[in-house]
Amino acid sequence: MPVLSASNLRKRYGSSEVVAGLDLALAPGECFGLLGPNGAGKTTTLRLLLGLTRPDGGTISLLGFPVPGNAREARLKVGVVPQVDSLDPDFTVTENLLVYGRYFGLSDHEVRARIPALLEFAELESKADAGIESLSGGMKRRLTLARALVNDPDVIFLDEPTTGLDPQARHMMWQRLRRLLGEGKTILLTTHFMEEAERLCDRLLIMDKGRAITTGAPRDLIAEHIEPHVVEIYSGEGRPDCAGLCQRQEQVGETLFCYAADPHALLAQLQQQCELRYLHRPSNLEDVFLKLTGRELRE
Amino acid sequence: MTRLTDYRLPSLSWRFIPVWRRNFLVWRKLAIPSILGNLADPAFYMLGLGYGLGSLLPHVAGVPYMTFLAAGTLCYSTMNSATFESLYSAFSRMHVQKTWDAMLNAPLELDDVMLGELAWATSKSVLSGLAILVIILALGLANSWLLLWTLPLLVLIGFCFTSLALVMNALSPNYDFFMYYFTLAITPMVLLCGVFYPVEQLPAFLQAVANWLPLTHAISLVRPLVQGEWPRHVLSHVAVLLAYGGAGFYLALVLVRRRLLK
Repeated sequence: MPVLSASNLRKRYGSSEVVAGLDLALAPGECFGLLGPNGAGKTTTLRLLLGLTRPDGGTISLLGFPVPGNAREARLKVGVVPQVDSLDPDFTVTENLLVYGRYFGLSDHEVRARIPALLEFAELESKADAGIESLSGGMKRRLTLARALVNDPDVIFLDEPTTGLDPQARHMMWQRLRRLLGEGKTILLTTHFMEEAERLCDRLLIMDKGRAITTGAPRDLIAEHIEPHVVEIYSGEGRPDCAGLCQRQEQVGETLFCYAADPHALLAQLQQQCELRYLHRPSNLEDVFLKLTGRELRE
Repeated sequence: MTRLTDYRLPSLSWRFIPVWRRNFLVWRKLAIPSILGNLADPAFYMLGLGYGLGSLLPHVAGVPYMTFLAAGTLCYSTMNSATFESLYSAFSRMHVQKTWDAMLNAPLELDDVMLGELAWATSKSVLSGLAILVIILALGLANSWLLLWTLPLLVLIGFCFTSLALVMNALSPNYDFFMYYFTLAITPMVLLCGVFYPVEQLPAFLQAVANWLPLTHAISLVRPLVQGEWPRHVLSHVAVLLAYGGAGFYLALVLVRRRLLK
């Protein structure tokens, strides 16, 4: 039985349908990524799945409970890491965990017993009595993650967990999420870092304008939608002629993207044009994402 | 968009207690300046106006002016405390710090959060009222056991003005918006409802306005008790305060559901 499932989910604000018939199902223990450009409906989808807003149509089941009908009962076994920092600035690290644990009906004794392990998990042992202002961005995110674990949840929702973090902090976060997956937790995360999705997610769903565009394992999506090799050619004036040497090409500003199953002939030709700068790399999830959602800015 | 679920009655549960305790823990960290504010501010009002004006008008409505003013200050201070807590502090938690969002991600409902805020701001306003009672006793302004009846009334007054302020909180786009409420509701009440002089001194049309305002009814109940008498029309005054509080809380809840659960 899926941990979380939604079918034909719909949500409308005014004249725009923000979620327009979405289906998804999470198996126990998997990491599922919800990808999409800004305004695709990711955060609204999370709010719907948590029962924080009522859908205009469709059904949701979370940990066996119908949502929004019994969302509160379901949330007893769910942890949430929201996009916007909501730590209590008036409290220390420990007090943040204690107070949050009480919201789950846990006694102070129970929460205090869990706090050392949570601090260890977040690598914040030395900051137990520190105020929130003294924490770095990465520490705050880790504390928010630890706070989401205070009730020992079965499912963890993360809304853009690494946005705004430096590479070190991001890698630390990924390591922690992998540890949780190793413990058998189910994770649903939204992100627009393709690298993050590719590294962490077993399966993902790319959505745009409230609809699912495609869903599957990252490797499978790349294989399905994109040729295995990409050659990016940065050309000023003289546009190189690559037709016939790759399956597909795309001019974006001054960069020519050539997608090829076998790039040898193309690379051989490029090597003769020594004035050209180019990059040969394997195709990745970002190529899939941009192909499916387009390159225009979403602001 | 109008949704019927926004208009359902409040669902009351003990889950409000962790919300109350969260606010209490914050308060405890700042308890000393907070209590000092509760005591010092109204104490200076009472001493300054009480002695200053009191020397010019030795008796008002048959009692020393200081005694007259004490009952008004008791109600006014309770109202003020409830109002500030439910406007600026609740708005910080709801809108700026996203404390409510964090609570809603846990297994709490918005009704639990609102009930927690109601209980908390009421508690805090009762504490302000208690500070005034301490001053009243210290100055020897009351010497009847009837004064004890003001304790449940402080809860009722706190509930009433917390609820009204929570309506404004639910409607507010930012902190500046609260000035409307102070200018158009709180200030008129302070000046028209009998804090500083008897309502009967006002022209008839202003008396009629004052009779619609909840602070008038609060003072009508509290002032006789401070002076050692049993108030008249107890039930109707209590009913007005309950009506303002009950309707206010329900309206605040509907508005905040529309704001946050959309």
